[in-house]
Amino acid sequence: MVELLQDKDRIFTNLYGLQDWRLEGAKKRGAWLGTKEILEEGRDWIIDNMKASGLRGRGGAGFPTGLKWSFMPKEVTNRPHYLVVNADESEPGTCKDREMLRHDPHLLIEGCLVASFAMQAHKCYIYLRGEYVQERNRLQAAIDEAYKAGLVGKNACGSGWDFDIYMHHGAGAYICGEETALLESLEGKKGQPRLKPPFPANSGLYGCPTTVNNVESIAVVPTILRRGATWFKSFGRENNAGTKVYCISGHVNKPCNVEEALSIPMKTLIEEYAGGVRGGWDNLKCVIPGGSSVPLLPKEICDTVLMDFDALREVQSGLGTAGMIVMDNSTDVVAAIARLSYFYKHESCGQCTPCREGTGWMWRVMERMVRGEAETSEIDMLLAVTKQVEGHTICALGDAAAWPIQGLIRHFRHEIEDRIDNYRAGKPVFVSTNIAAE
Amino acid sequence: MSSRRLAKNQPTDFKLSKKALKEIEVWAKKYPKDRRRSALIPALWIAQKDADGWLPEMAIRELGDLLGMAYIRVYEVATFYTMFNLEPVGTHHIQLCGTTPCWLRGAGELKKVCESKIGPKGSVSADGKLSWIEVECLGACANAPMVQISNADGDDYYEDLTEENFGKLIDDLAAGRPVKAGPQNDRHTSEPTGGASTLNTKGLYNKIKAKKLPNSQAKKAAAKKKVKS
Repeated sequence: MVELLQDKDRIFTNLYGLQDWRLEGAKKRGAWLGTKEILEEGRDWIIDNMKASGLRGRGGAGFPTGLKWSFMPKEVTNRPHYLVVNADESEPGTCKDREMLRHDPHLLIEGCLVASFAMQAHKCYIYLRGEYVQERNRLQAAIDEAYKAGLVGKNACGSGWDFDIYMHHGAGAYICGEETALLESLEGKKGQPRLKPPFPANSGLYGCPTTVNNVESIAVVPTILRRGATWFKSFGRENNAGTKVYCISGHVNKPCNVEEALSIPMKTLIEEYAGGVRGGWDNLKCVIPGGSSVPLLPKEICDTVLMDFDALREVQSGLGTAGMIVMDNSTDVVAAIARLSYFYKHESCGQCTPCREGTGWMWRVMERMVRGEAETSEIDMLLAVTKQVEGHTICALGDAAAWPIQGLIRHFRHEIEDRIDNYRAGKPVFVSTNIAAE
Repeated sequence: MSSRRLAKNQPTDFKLSKKALKEIEVWAKKYPKDRRRSALIPALWIAQKDADGWLPEMAIRELGDLLGMAYIRVYEVATFYTMFNLEPVGTHHIQLCGTTPCWLRGAGELKKVCESKIGPKGSVSADGKLSWIEVECLGACANAPMVQISNADGDDYYEDLTEENFGKLIDDLAAGRPVKAGPQNDRHTSEPTGGASTLNTKGLYNKIKAKKLPNSQAKKAAAKKKVKS
């Protein structure tokens, strides 16, 4: 039996918005406690502790947060430093940052102050996805409260550090979740990713040193520093430390968000918190474990796999954002992945040819595969094309479009083949609804 | 990528309201002085709200002048970002999420509701009150299926939909009756149905007194001194 995380060890104590989100309520739950003392410990102490906590970025890539901060130049020259928080949460299956923005905004604002101080940034922008209209009103109200209370602004928290924090928003482009596309968008341009190098730590927003972090990565910082790196590290396995907010959607009895320790078995997570798979665990077909961009996992793997970066990588998938999409045996899995292919086709920024043309090509072939209207040899051709898109684009959207299809072919090739055979025999068994828009 | 063009029928005169101009100026102040164009996306959003939910070409030109940008730069941003409606929309503009997590929980059925009550995708109802489009993941997957509806007084998420409650929602909007945003069943937000199984420990909210910096340098030094003495 796996030991579940206790409430006292949860960072987001208002995840469901059942408590007061305002400053007063947030303070009662521990936010803004000893922030001045944290800043007085100095930059090196903060960065060392973040490194020691083992926190890996919560936005999908899993890069160690403390290490990322240490890439910022040690001295500030004539170019000011910036912290940019990526709240452009658009990965299908992911809905965790929204809860932090609307229910625990003060944890995020406090984290922004601490992180900005550690990187010598006087300014921080929080980039929300455009659709989060209520969330941005909420965040702006929380920022106003913090200014009024002297927690941010000139001499923030009485620390002697001047700190300005601004809310910014996009307008519905998935690609702006990619850090350099986000910076382009913040500069008032189309969200098309930049070539790296130079990396943002060297030349980011307005050509100045910039660090881009996910909402969750920043919002957990104050609590980690207050309770200690060892406390945070005590959850999860080596190299996969801490707690994480999981989103469980799809064919479960009770879809929900929940904060749990990393490395919890997937089965425990689904059964304990999400009320189990619809029709029981044996009715499970597959799970996409980390947002739509990672390859799906069939039931055999889901039976035992742990939810962390390394365990999921070992089974050729990934933790990503920990947005789990659960599908039961009634699912037309080919159509489910074809719908994702349409998503990537729709969201490609159009800058790199392999992605702009490839995503549309892959989607059209997937649509035919749904009906079985294809040659068996085309499965391998589709696989070959995904390999040609993967790794040949400026950003990772090309990879993200390729992986779900690769996962489908890896684990459910027989279903596609059956469908093709049936179609040829004049008896299409799966009649899927017309799923995509065009 | 999605390719989008401006509407063929454009109003011949359109000017941003004073209120909108004022709001845009607040945004422009958030960025360094020589970076006013950073305010472009929020400004386009404000302009869209000002022009009854869509962006006429006149508004695009006006923003170009306002932020000191070439018109083509404003145009390419307006056509790139899908939340900018380039054609007129209804008073209640429904954006239905059709991506896999919502699709798995019945977004397909919701589409049929829209089709029967409003018309084919992208259409505006005859009385101009309703319109609907299909959009990609809106980030409320634990409350799937869901839609966002842009109303005159704001944009809200309507979650945990079924054919029945969604049909009723549309009828209520069309009739001008008040509706409730958020989950349409008895859920509060994204907790499991039937109540949260976590974060309900008794006394949790008055007992959280995080220890102050357990491993700060000052404390470590103090601890060392203690050991020595």
